[in-house]
Amino acid sequence: MRRTLFESLHRGTLTEPAPPRDAETAALVAELDRAALRRLGRSLAIRAVDAGSCNGCELEIIALGNVLYDLERFGLKLVASPRHADVLLVTGPMTRNMSAATRLAYEAMPAPKFVVAVGDCGRDGGVFAASPHCLGGTAAVLPVTLTIPGCPPAPAALLRGLIGLLG
Amino acid sequence: MIGSPMPPPCSADAPVMVDAAGWRAAGAALAAGADAALAAGQRVLVAVWAAPDDAGTRVHLATRRADGGDLAVIALRAEDGSYPSIGRHHPGAILMERALQDASGLRAEGLPDPRPWLDHERDFAFLPAEGEGLHRIPVGPIHAGTIEPGHFRFTVNGETIVRLEARLGYTHKGTLGLMRGTTPDAASRLAGRVSGDSTVAYAWAFARAVEAARELAVPRRASALRGVMAELERLANHAGDFGAICNDAGFPLINAHAGALRETILRQAEACFGHRLMMDRIVPGGVAADLAPASAASLRAELPSWLARFERLVDLYGKTASLQDRVVGAGRLAPDLARRLGCGGYVGRAAGQDFDARRNAPYPPYDRRMPDIPVLASGDVDARARIRSAEIRASVALIGDLLGDLMGDLAAGDIRAPLPESEAEAFGCALVEGFRGDVFAAVRLRGAVVADAFLRDPSWFLWPALEAVIEGNIVADFPLCNKSFNAAYSGCDL
Repeated sequence: MRRTLFESLHRGTLTEPAPPRDAETAALVAELDRAALRRLGRSLAIRAVDAGSCNGCELEIIALGNVLYDLERFGLKLVASPRHADVLLVTGPMTRNMSAATRLAYEAMPAPKFVVAVGDCGRDGGVFAASPHCLGGTAAVLPVTLTIPGCPPAPAALLRGLIGLLG
Repeated sequence: MIGSPMPPPCSADAPVMVDAAGWRAAGAALAAGADAALAAGQRVLVAVWAAPDDAGTRVHLATRRADGGDLAVIALRAEDGSYPSIGRHHPGAILMERALQDASGLRAEGLPDPRPWLDHERDFAFLPAEGEGLHRIPVGPIHAGTIEPGHFRFTVNGETIVRLEARLGYTHKGTLGLMRGTTPDAASRLAGRVSGDSTVAYAWAFARAVEAARELAVPRRASALRGVMAELERLANHAGDFGAICNDAGFPLINAHAGALRETILRQAEACFGHRLMMDRIVPGGVAADLAPASAASLRAELPSWLARFERLVDLYGKTASLQDRVVGAGRLAPDLARRLGCGGYVGRAAGQDFDARRNAPYPPYDRRMPDIPVLASGDVDARARIRSAEIRASVALIGDLLGDLMGDLAAGDIRAPLPESEAEAFGCALVEGFRGDVFAAVRLRGAVVADAFLRDPSWFLWPALEAVIEGNIVADFPLCNKSFNAAYSGCDL
């Protein structure tokens, strides 16, 4: 273990610079409630909720925590309880069977709070939009502040969107 | 079994229609093999599902030989809304039949546990556990980490788990219903989203079922490319999960390095095939993305460094006493139970079940390039982690061999064969070894559309095993055991 730790110390960091802003995200972010975000400051606590995804989006959200993206250096932190969260990060086409639990998680969050819909499924149900077992995206149940499309969105796209929330 | 000729593919002749007596006999024959050592030629359960047909609903039972992959499917027309339960004879079928009941409205006569599974509108009661000092811990459907949703109901005595019951169905999307009436290409996109971490395995299984139905031979270059994608998927998942298992044992250092390795693999996948998870790259008839020679060379050049990075972690894993203390002996699955439930993948192979579809039901390119298949007997968290590390070594070697073929005698050639136009109705099925175990796909084509399809995740046989092995462990070891199984939620919820 000493060898691994020692080498890690000397090799320098693997973490990559923040992804550049793109026009698309900038436009989305322009519509946010700036006053509310200012009250939250330079840090956001995020609760991820899978509302019926195939787990592809979860894989890329988990990747945000690896050393290359290192989500937490931006003041963005995934938290375990919605009661600690400022942002609900929702994936999946909003299955009927997850709609009640997702709503409860949102209601448990203190205001001001924001909902980010992740992936093509979170946007509008994606390939599952026509299913009678899905409600068709996050907005069917919750007020959505920001949508990060993709199937699944790459970690860099997720990072751009979430950093955009910080202003 | 090794070196035996390729079994005939599951063809348009299947399924064989049987009457209720024939169906019962097939179910009872599965049970006979569950108790004793499986005799040669004994058949084991692959899947049980229902599909609408012109005259009502048919139930299907897919089996394979215990040591082989020669799939056989029988079907029974369900009269009066019911059929004889397979779960009555074979415990591994119970969850699938609970889902079947909810999805089709049929009643499985004699099913030991008829409670709803996918249908959350109906009343549901967890199994009782009674005794002095017991209390219950409800967890989920939303869990503390970023994972799929499902409910776990623990009954504990102090720190010790007396009973665990998993209740899933939260991510039920009606995927199979959406596949009906679409084209094979559109259905393939849905198949690739049954479980995102296994998108390559699912798309491949579905494509092979379609190809079996239409008796279509896939170009050899396409098969080799499919193999590279499937092994990259296996590598990325095994690397990520190996780290996550260590993380859940309180050792994040390995997780940090394994996470970086996983990211390296996914970036190579994107560079080679245009998508990090390689979604929609396998299509009926072949593949949708070719591998450029420069990408193939770059991937091949990187393989030794991946292995070197990983071996350092395995070394650290084995030498860290505090980590070994958590994983050795935890969540032990007895080989006998693994066999009774039909556990496949790294869970089964860590508990003495010597089955891997790539070897036992070989399909191209594995008929030419067969990986080493590791098997252990101890069945604990440590064995599952070690099976994964051995499979990482095997996959790296296999990718190297396949790339050699792709840059050698398969350097040129078609990557997709067109589906023959046919008005005929045809059935096909296939077994593909995903990272988690064997994925089964069945499809019935009618002309140019999918009449119905079924996809069976390996996790159907893992969830009951997880419930069983956790008994007697402490609550704090559940995340560790759960991660070492890494059963899919969406894969079963469909």
